[in-house]
Amino acid sequence: MTVTQDVKDAKAVKADQKPVPEGHVRLTIDDIEVDAPKGEILIRTCERLGIAIPRFCDHPLLEPAGACRQCLVEVELGGRAMPKPQASCTMTVADGMVVRTQHTSAVADKAQQGVMELLLINHPLDCPICDKGGECPLQNQALSNGRTDSRFIDRKRTFPKPLPISTQILLDRERCVLCQRCTRFSDQIAGDPFIELLERGAEQQVGVAQDKPFQSYFSGNTIQICPVGALTSTAYRFRSRPFDLVSTPSVCEHCASGCAQRADTRRGEVQRRLAGNDASVNEEWNCDKGRFAFRYLTSKRRILRPLVRGADGQLVEASWTDALRAAASGLLAAKEGSDAETRRGIGVLAGGRLTVEDAYAYAKFARVAAGTNDVDFRARPLGGTSGGAEELAFLAAHVVGIAPDTGGLSYRDLEAAQTVLCVALDPEEESPIVFLRLRKAARAGRTTVLHLGQWTTPSVAKTQATLIPAAPGSEPAVLAELDPAVLDTLRENAVILVGERAAEVPGLYSRVSTLALTTGARIGWVPRRAGDRGALDAGAVPTLLPGGRPVADADARAEVERAWGLRPGGLPTQPGRDTEQLLAAAAAGELAALVVGGVDPYDLADPEAALHGLRAAGFVVSLELHASAVTELADVVLPVAPDINRSGSYLNWEGRRREFDITLTAPGMLPDCRVLDTLAAEMDLDLGTQSVAMAAAELAALTARRSVGADYCRTSHSRNPLAPEAPRALLATWRRLIDESSLAVDEPHLAGTARAPYVLCNPSTAAKLGLTEGQLTTVATERGALTLPMRLADLPDGVVWLPANSPGSRVRASLGVGHGALVTVTPGGNS
Amino acid sequence: MTEATLTPVLTRSWTSARSWSQDTYERLGGYQALRAVLRGADGPVQPDRLIQLVKDSGLRGRGGAGFPTGLKWSFIPQGTTGAAAKPHYLVLNADEGEPGTCKDIPLMMADPHSLVEGCVITSYAIRANYCAIYVRGEALHCIRRVQHAVNEAYAAGYLGKNILGSGFDLDIVVHAGAGAYICGEETALLDSLEGRRGQPRLKPPFPATAGLYGAPTVVNNVETIASVPAIVRGGSEWFRAMGTAKSPGPKIYSLSGHVELPGQYEAPLGITLRELLVMAGGMKDGIPLKFWTPGGSSTPLFTAEHLDVPLDFEGAAAAGSMLGTTAIMLFNETVSVPWAVMKWTEFYKHESCGKCTPCREGCYWLLEILRRMVAGEGTESDIETMLDVCDNILGRSFCALGDGAVSPIASGIQYFRQEFLDLCKTQAGTGPAARADLVGAQA
Repeated sequence: MTVTQDVKDAKAVKADQKPVPEGHVRLTIDDIEVDAPKGEILIRTCERLGIAIPRFCDHPLLEPAGACRQCLVEVELGGRAMPKPQASCTMTVADGMVVRTQHTSAVADKAQQGVMELLLINHPLDCPICDKGGECPLQNQALSNGRTDSRFIDRKRTFPKPLPISTQILLDRERCVLCQRCTRFSDQIAGDPFIELLERGAEQQVGVAQDKPFQSYFSGNTIQICPVGALTSTAYRFRSRPFDLVSTPSVCEHCASGCAQRADTRRGEVQRRLAGNDASVNEEWNCDKGRFAFRYLTSKRRILRPLVRGADGQLVEASWTDALRAAASGLLAAKEGSDAETRRGIGVLAGGRLTVEDAYAYAKFARVAAGTNDVDFRARPLGGTSGGAEELAFLAAHVVGIAPDTGGLSYRDLEAAQTVLCVALDPEEESPIVFLRLRKAARAGRTTVLHLGQWTTPSVAKTQATLIPAAPGSEPAVLAELDPAVLDTLRENAVILVGERAAEVPGLYSRVSTLALTTGARIGWVPRRAGDRGALDAGAVPTLLPGGRPVADADARAEVERAWGLRPGGLPTQPGRDTEQLLAAAAAGELAALVVGGVDPYDLADPEAALHGLRAAGFVVSLELHASAVTELADVVLPVAPDINRSGSYLNWEGRRREFDITLTAPGMLPDCRVLDTLAAEMDLDLGTQSVAMAAAELAALTARRSVGADYCRTSHSRNPLAPEAPRALLATWRRLIDESSLAVDEPHLAGTARAPYVLCNPSTAAKLGLTEGQLTTVATERGALTLPMRLADLPDGVVWLPANSPGSRVRASLGVGHGALVTVTPGGNS
Repeated sequence: MTEATLTPVLTRSWTSARSWSQDTYERLGGYQALRAVLRGADGPVQPDRLIQLVKDSGLRGRGGAGFPTGLKWSFIPQGTTGAAAKPHYLVLNADEGEPGTCKDIPLMMADPHSLVEGCVITSYAIRANYCAIYVRGEALHCIRRVQHAVNEAYAAGYLGKNILGSGFDLDIVVHAGAGAYICGEETALLDSLEGRRGQPRLKPPFPATAGLYGAPTVVNNVETIASVPAIVRGGSEWFRAMGTAKSPGPKIYSLSGHVELPGQYEAPLGITLRELLVMAGGMKDGIPLKFWTPGGSSTPLFTAEHLDVPLDFEGAAAAGSMLGTTAIMLFNETVSVPWAVMKWTEFYKHESCGKCTPCREGCYWLLEILRRMVAGEGTESDIETMLDVCDNILGRSFCALGDGAVSPIASGIQYFRQEFLDLCKTQAGTGPAARADLVGAQA
């Protein structure tokens, strides 16, 4: 938009005006002439001119409604004044249009004041106790565009309050102005039309169907876009006032979507979190986990002081000095292999929740302090020996070092793609903002979403996707034999999004790689955790140094050696072992020590084996936020700072850097990179990661800019899918967004909106296995059993699905197996 | 004025025995228009010629707004690409529910086949193969009768596949509404027909391009479509011979209230209430007329001064009201205007859909004031408040229902302000003396 001239001489210059730009129209708003793109909504043009028109129902990311009638303006079209004031939130700009807002039209001003008065008559005067008071569009606009007093003396309509529409969202109906933002959000953006307007006229109200609460992963957004205090969260209601809060821009630590967010704190505690506004990433939305799951910060299980295991075998609080000394001496002993010939070396398990800077510190610590490439950030099932290596080859070929500004895939590319194929990825469960973008693209009719998976999950349904069904384990084979018509759609402007679960299916990464090479489709890797992508680029993997430099490449090593001030040949040359191999080595007595940063053994392929490895390792140093199965076994536990107490950055799935600053200072809370630096100093080494900034600067110097498609993954594995016969079935499983994850602790209201866990199978499988819908069903292995009610879904024959980490369904912990395993399924059992 | 003024076209057969049956309808010339269209001597009439015929006749929508019917039909995109390639729909708005309005239900009761025949001809003209008749849910008897007529028409080959061997197919679905006045608003009706909650849609897009299921749709009133066979039979000139130049044709005037012979009077558009009253035997018991509505409760009131206003679209508008649905409710001098206005407002408060602020809140709070006023607890400032709120609703609401809701209040105060003032006088507690009784008010 261009403001072509000043208000005063608006008429004088008309003759020698520059032409209207292509695809634009020229109109006049409050005597200001302005060019606006065709199809723009009038209220947006006004916004860009700095003219604030009051509004309630209007939201730039929702379809126009025109319901509240607050934004009325006078419009003249083709030289003729329209007889009625027009809603500027529904009218599109037109050439020659003359618009008069409340600033230049008495009619518009009176219309706006009239609507405002009607909205306020029934609104309770409970602003002093309302969560929204102080940041309330109704309050603000009543002051700017309303009357000072009411002419109405009759009794207001009241409702019993509040009405819980889910465990975490409460509705105060008398505050509601019925703008429909919440219902339109749920319907249009989230695809979860659990809330709807009920009744009519003055009795109209937002509500839910009986026994169908607002079970949406995105429900918290409705609180944020509610222009009044009608929707509040159980967690925040009455906790604070907006003007008592200190707001800090931040980044979400929960998944790889990379949402901008805002943390509001008061008296040293986070009171609430809101979605930040970032048009290129999360637009204005976030998921409920990102919004509500922050009580882990104040959990009783938080570790705030270093712990050292004493002679009596008990962990006791120690000073940083003592703890670091104990850790250093234990690690030095392990490095030198002094206690036994066969037990030597240190393994580093970095975990997927680290910032880039921390991951870099772990990567460097492994190479410099431990003298090994035995470092892996992947705290998840890796599909056995082949899977772990295959994934690394895939990531080295397609992912590491690529970012939107180097031609890598971005959210915008997803929206613009003609076809998006999801492989081993349930976007809504694993990367909710990716899901929202796919849904947006699909709704706009631009994008066809394909989904290689086991059943029509809500993700599949809400992205209007076509399911390409595959039994667990047969995904590579199904991809190899795609319908030619489907294959053709992948040849033009197509994207393949592959999730980290591909590692659990040997051969799948290779097949995706081949498919991309043959069709020209672009690849996006969407891991589940916020730190995964950054740890890859920071070199916290056994085969890659920082910046994606292959360990096996002497030139690459030499670059890193120079940057780190090491002597030539100072870096270990042998590729390291992955998480599973390291724990197996520890269990076999071949590893003397482990440095573990935020890894939960129950996230690994075989938790029992992992715990065995931890127990068998001679010396374990754990860097942790809270007490875990690892800290229970550790010799030294070093507390680390959560994100709010530190600065740092993540790389989201795109490879986009998501930097955040300290929200709350907490003395004594140190980031992992600082702890490792001090630990290294105690080992007489300089890691150079004393501060986040130092780590970031060093990594930046090592970051190789890479262009896309340099190589592809040639590793190929194949496995014949197992053929189950009753009572055996193939297990499909993955995690849900809201489940038993450790960062969602102490938030029962959020947990109340989790999807109920079920065993899923198709009707013919149910018949073969003798299962009845709704009845308890037991899924068992030699290790253990899970019992849940059964529900029917469109899975392939002989396949059952379980949520991987939901209440009553912790698959790896209970069964010791995962996706693609054979399990025994029988009716009945005790839940 | 004599009975010769009546022009029974739509009501022609109403007094015949079993007028609603297909036998009677056909005996009186029914379905001849359809035969002429589909099986004419020179083959089927071109659909565009039918649209032109209706345009030439000057037929205007009988649902209240008076939009030229042929023009509306011509908005339906025809062809094989874009929106035109989608199925076309004809939707009959038979959701007659406004206080006083009672023309469509009697028509459907007495002569449902004229509606069915009109539907077939119209669908043929706009190239629709599917027609829905959305009947007000409370009018159960009427729904049955229309459904019966549709069944008869199917059996006789006037509906279904290959109608009269012409190759034209049409299915009619009779749909019962669920009792919401808002569903008489055409886009709310379409939402309701699709199974959604009936609330008006944002326009544009208009139904002509994106109506039922997002496809091109004509929504017409019952009386409008029932007029089509007569126009096909009689031609546009014959039709134009009745009524006025801008509002041609006959119209059913529904007289109700304090009148000797209430009922349906089909007369040329432009007739006056004075003329109608002669036919209707004058005011009941000779008690003089006080006020009346020209076209249902949503048209501003008229008084005895307006007896000679020509009741066509232009005449009613020029006199400050609207022709509406020509539902003439007559009230004699025994009726309190504030009370009547309150009762009408109760209706609008009950029927406001709730979508937009002005209508939802305005109707509710206007009723609160009116009730208080009728109970003798109003104040003079309430009158000004009501007028101002009416001004803030009129033209500010999402659909025309809000406009209609304020008509009785604004016109009631316009013509009978004294009656409202008189109610205020009976109220204690308005003057300074009363206020002085308040504790602590005496300073």
